[in-house]
Amino acid sequence: MPQLAAETFASQLIWLAITFVVLYLIMSRVVIPRIGGILEDREARIRGDLDKAEELKADADKAMAEYESRLAEARASAHGIIGEMKAEMAAETEKRRHEIDADLSKRQAEAESRIAEQREAALGSLDEVARQATAAVLERLTGKSDQDRVASAVATVGEGR
Amino acid sequence: MAAGGHSPLEQFEIKQLIPLNAGGVDISFTNSALWMVIAIAAATLLLTMGMRGRAMVPGRLQSLAELSYEFIANMIRDNAGSGGKPYFPFLFTLFFFILFCNLLGMIPYSFTPTSHIIVTFGMALVVFIGVTIIGFAKNGLGFIRLFVPSGVPIPLLFILVPIEIISYFVRPISLSLRLFANMMAGHTMLKVFGGFVISLGFVAGWAPLAFLVALTGLEIGIAMLQAYVFTILSCLYLHDALHPGH
Repeated sequence: MPQLAAETFASQLIWLAITFVVLYLIMSRVVIPRIGGILEDREARIRGDLDKAEELKADADKAMAEYESRLAEARASAHGIIGEMKAEMAAETEKRRHEIDADLSKRQAEAESRIAEQREAALGSLDEVARQATAAVLERLTGKSDQDRVASAVATVGEGR
Repeated sequence: MAAGGHSPLEQFEIKQLIPLNAGGVDISFTNSALWMVIAIAAATLLLTMGMRGRAMVPGRLQSLAELSYEFIANMIRDNAGSGGKPYFPFLFTLFFFILFCNLLGMIPYSFTPTSHIIVTFGMALVVFIGVTIIGFAKNGLGFIRLFVPSGVPIPLLFILVPIEIISYFVRPISLSLRLFANMMAGHTMLKVFGGFVISLGFVAGWAPLAFLVALTGLEIGIAMLQAYVFTILSCLYLHDALHPGH
């Protein structure tokens, strides 16, 4: 069995030591730092990207909140304007109504006073008509008429009215 | 199996390529040494070529390099804890050295350095001595607690402590024998069945050939598995050294 040929042991061990140490130096000095560096870089990059995404998301959230607050503000101010307009319009109509009311009642009063005047006038001329009619009737019947007595009689009758 | 000198064990023969001698000790550059050099060159090439681009989004080779890095890193973290981190370069080297020696040995006419007990024992001994030194350096004499299982009745300790001590000192032997035996058995089997293919000839040689194909697949699996097993056991021994209390 060649594995038990002790005279080859020294050479095998020496070359095992040489090659192993050489490989160890290459791995620990070159290969491992290189791979480790790349892995670290990638991790850092991914972490950085995630941080950035987080930041951008916060920004977007902020913008959204601002937009919403602005919207609410605009809505509130629109409500205010509408309320104001409503109140203004109501006041205007009320005022107009008052004016028309006043005008109407004034005109009514005027009309009433005119009616009363005309009625007064009409009543005043009634006495005269009654007197003349009475005098004319008397003159037809009696042939003469006493103006004064006719007047007092008409007045008496008129008073009883 | 002496016919024509084609013994299945012939493939394990150490052949001198460049005879060297240092102070009466034969340290010749042999076929074993050549394939160790090829193995470390291939491992270096694969891992440096893969990382040449250092791309943020890795390509195929870079993914392979990164995956093996994370594979070993996770193995150490899971089995040895966070204290195992300083030994990451050593275990990474150990894994790739064994993996490439095993895998390159699957190439026909190549040589498998890990099929020699002295090579696997050398590595196992480095792990064993290193772990023992780390154990005493980190825990002082508290490392002795490793041999005393906790929560065991005192009388039982008289039996258990010797068992623990023996099992501790058997570690380098079991660790090296496992790798060596797997490699040697696998390659011997391949050679034996290869011999069957030839001796049975064109008529009946197909059956062992089909088996040979399947066996080659299995051996490639074993080549990777044994590299993994060697490394993970080293991680577990390291865990014992860092946390000796059972």
